[in-house]
Amino acid sequence: MAQKRRSIWVFGDYRNYFQNRVTLQLLSRATDLAKKIDAEVCATVFGHEVDEWVGEYIAHGASKVYVCDNPKLKYYSTDTYVALMERIVSQYGPEIILVGATSFGREFTPRLAKRLKTGLTADCVGLDINDEGLLVQTAPAFGGSLLTRIITPEKRPQMATVRPGVFQEIPHNYQAKGEIVNVPLPGDLPRDRVRLLSSERQPAREQKLGEAPVVVCGGRGMGSKARFKNLYELARVLGGEVGATRPVVYAKWADEDALVGQADRHISPKVLFSFGVSGAIQHTAGIKNAGFIIAVNKNPNAAMMKMADVAIVADASQVCTALIRELKKRIRT
Amino acid sequence: MLKMIVCMKQVPMVSDLPWDPVTGTLTRDAAEGMMNPACKHALEAALELKERHGGHITAITMGPPMAEEILREAIALGADRCLMVSDRKIAGADTLATSFTLARAIEIFCPDFDLILCGCHTSDSETAQVGPQLSEELNIPSIAVVEDLELHGNTLRVKRVSDNFLETLEMDLPGLVTVATGFHVPRYASMAGLHDAFREPGILTVGAHDLGVSESVVGLKGSATRIVDIFSPVAKKENIVLKGAPKKIVEELLDRFDDKIGSLIRKDLKAVG
Repeated sequence: MAQKRRSIWVFGDYRNYFQNRVTLQLLSRATDLAKKIDAEVCATVFGHEVDEWVGEYIAHGASKVYVCDNPKLKYYSTDTYVALMERIVSQYGPEIILVGATSFGREFTPRLAKRLKTGLTADCVGLDINDEGLLVQTAPAFGGSLLTRIITPEKRPQMATVRPGVFQEIPHNYQAKGEIVNVPLPGDLPRDRVRLLSSERQPAREQKLGEAPVVVCGGRGMGSKARFKNLYELARVLGGEVGATRPVVYAKWADEDALVGQADRHISPKVLFSFGVSGAIQHTAGIKNAGFIIAVNKNPNAAMMKMADVAIVADASQVCTALIRELKKRIRT
Repeated sequence: MLKMIVCMKQVPMVSDLPWDPVTGTLTRDAAEGMMNPACKHALEAALELKERHGGHITAITMGPPMAEEILREAIALGADRCLMVSDRKIAGADTLATSFTLARAIEIFCPDFDLILCGCHTSDSETAQVGPQLSEELNIPSIAVVEDLELHGNTLRVKRVSDNFLETLEMDLPGLVTVATGFHVPRYASMAGLHDAFREPGILTVGAHDLGVSESVVGLKGSATRIVDIFSPVAKKENIVLKGAPKKIVEELLDRFDDKIGSLIRKDLKAVG
């Protein structure tokens, strides 16, 4: 019998397809990685009436799709999905499993890794293969001020979750052929211990910020909620939108809708004003596509200042106030 | 009576920490520590349940001896009992080995729990994995990143926002939840409370031997992952630095970069003006 070919698996999450195409992004990256270790790219699709997604994943690079189609899988349940995935993984033995770091992925994957007694790296911002053929997983630590490269030397599969937006999906090719492996739902899976009483799809957040040509972004360096509010006035004068970092949203200086970051919202304004933002990687990953960046920070060494085209070394709140005043003066004259 | 366990971690207060280049793990005793912010939210959720239903809270941490501080803080905030898991042999653990070690400690020292609460993630390594993995190790149900918690008899009902869905879920206890930040507002410990907590007699501290675990399954040796290196991300760009009085800076900015800023915003400016 021919030796079983190595494989890289991508967990197919199709629920928030239009907002969150992380599965396709992972298939794209898996395709690159597979070339380096001569592996095939596989996807898994669990759910009910999922043919559409099976075709989609083949068109985006999966050469094999493991499908479990059953009405009982209609809602994503961690208990059931972990048990089902454990069965299939144990049977087919993939080398690598990649999962999108969605809320579901961040709950499902640690439990799966634990059952498989293997390592898992969370929220990777980079994936590569080293000289020994091992998956090198780059993940942020300490609020993104440091990056860590992590490997799983012996245990298999090597597992990682990856935040949406880290990799670029490849264009689809509906001529691509792939093998479909239908997996029956095992009759002896343990009963779900968590009962879903209700699940309401939340309205998609407004996309205004994502498309705004001018964004005024604020961080903790603005000093207080009252001073942060001035950014809204600046945005109004500039005809832009206000964005915020995670600590600011945690401190309730801004609504969650304003959150800009790797996992949250990516923005691509022509001009970005960044006030009192230190530049943790989770945030800066969300502004990679900004055009001209003006950053204001008391600390000239802040990561955000290094990313900026113009770095203003001063108190963020004072510059904000001065800028509003000066702009209004210029409008009047 | 609802018997609760809150798992907590001491995290460094500073972000630029030294790490051990040999093991690739962080030298945690070099930095000032604090209770991980998300763990405070988990403790608050437990305290609120205790206020509503009565109950008993055991605070557990695993870490170097100095991590005892956060257990004393937990007592000052209202925890009833503490357990410290500390041993050089268990140091350098990844989430797989950490959840294994915590599970053994819970099985031996507080086996008759109803509910385990964990913070939803730590501020240092940010994996959000230990909670869900601990539930696997103990073979109990779990729900991650919950906001509202309601107890109905032996059933815990929770609300959470998971991806784009507002969910209501329930599970029978014993079970585990990780608690979202931003829903429960952590209380402050009074100075007097802290003073008393730090004067209390020693905290029960257990090591690998007490847990009956062999060195090969805990700590760095029991970990599946290895840190290759840690580095600082550098985003290099040739940039222009402006300094001085805010008013002067702003004038210079608008004059010098009129092509970049002015051309784009002038239309909007007029509309606003």
